[in-house]
Amino acid sequence: MLPTSIPLDYYLILSALLFVTGVIGVVTRRNAIVIFMSLELMLNAVNLSLVAFSSFLGDTAGQMFVFFIMAVAAAEAAVGLAIVLSLFRNKQTVYVDEVNIMKW
Amino acid sequence: MYELLIGLRADPLATPFQFVYLAAFISLPLHGSPAVSLQSLLFAVFAIGAIASAIATITRKNPVASAMTLVAHFFMLTGLYLTLDAQFVAAVQVLVYAGAIMVLVVFVIMLLNVGRESQATGGRPIRTTLGTLLAVLLVGMISVTLAARPTGLNQLAANATTIGTTEAIGQSLFTTYLFPFEAVSLLLLAALIGAVILAKRHVQEG
Repeated sequence: MLPTSIPLDYYLILSALLFVTGVIGVVTRRNAIVIFMSLELMLNAVNLSLVAFSSFLGDTAGQMFVFFIMAVAAAEAAVGLAIVLSLFRNKQTVYVDEVNIMKW
Repeated sequence: MYELLIGLRADPLATPFQFVYLAAFISLPLHGSPAVSLQSLLFAVFAIGAIASAIATITRKNPVASAMTLVAHFFMLTGLYLTLDAQFVAAVQVLVYAGAIMVLVVFVIMLLNVGRESQATGGRPIRTTLGTLLAVLLVGMISVTLAARPTGLNQLAANATTIGTTEAIGQSLFTTYLFPFEAVSLLLLAALIGAVILAKRHVQEG
């Protein structure tokens, strides 16, 4: 059964599982937008372990990092989706296996 | 049951999650076992929800379904942040991720009219297999390390409820972290300009 208070390790293992889910999404999917969403999964997994460390150690630094990661994720979302948009405009596809002009 | 209700009232998280807690209590076969704390029960509910919605996100063939399950995932993470007493981060998670970023993603999906994929994965199967194996190896490594050397932190810090408030976050944001805060605002401005230039229909040559 569950312990009465959840140790930090549980949060870290959950965070690792979510991160790996994101990695598998990035590696296996071919739709650029879904790859992008898997990246968000990975960022959020890291955020979870930062918040867990912050709360268990009683230090604000972890939550500040999460705040900045969210700002960077918002910037990444704007630029990433603009790239997908211009990719679609030039190649009429969002599937990364059909974009191979720079593939050696 | 009586002790559970007392504990429910004493716990500051109880009010928003009372219904979730009671529903989980009824559905779990807890009779005869010692009282499970609200934090651990909520952790179980949100952790299972987070993993399930993350797996759904990377397996759906329809990108809109992926986006919707990702929104559910963000809400599950919000719940987890609340079990960690990080109220400000939980609120920002809903506002920024489930709000702003996902609106942008869904907007692009609708704009490009991306339909269901005939096949979700592409490329050589060796790449997929190898990547998945490496990912599983990563989680194995973390689990083995944590099993061998546990962090030993079994409950939240005594000041956990005070460091997660908007007041405490704002205090350190505008004192200790003032320079990163200004730098990140510049980054957002640069990203905004970059996105506009990238998405512009006709970029003039030369």
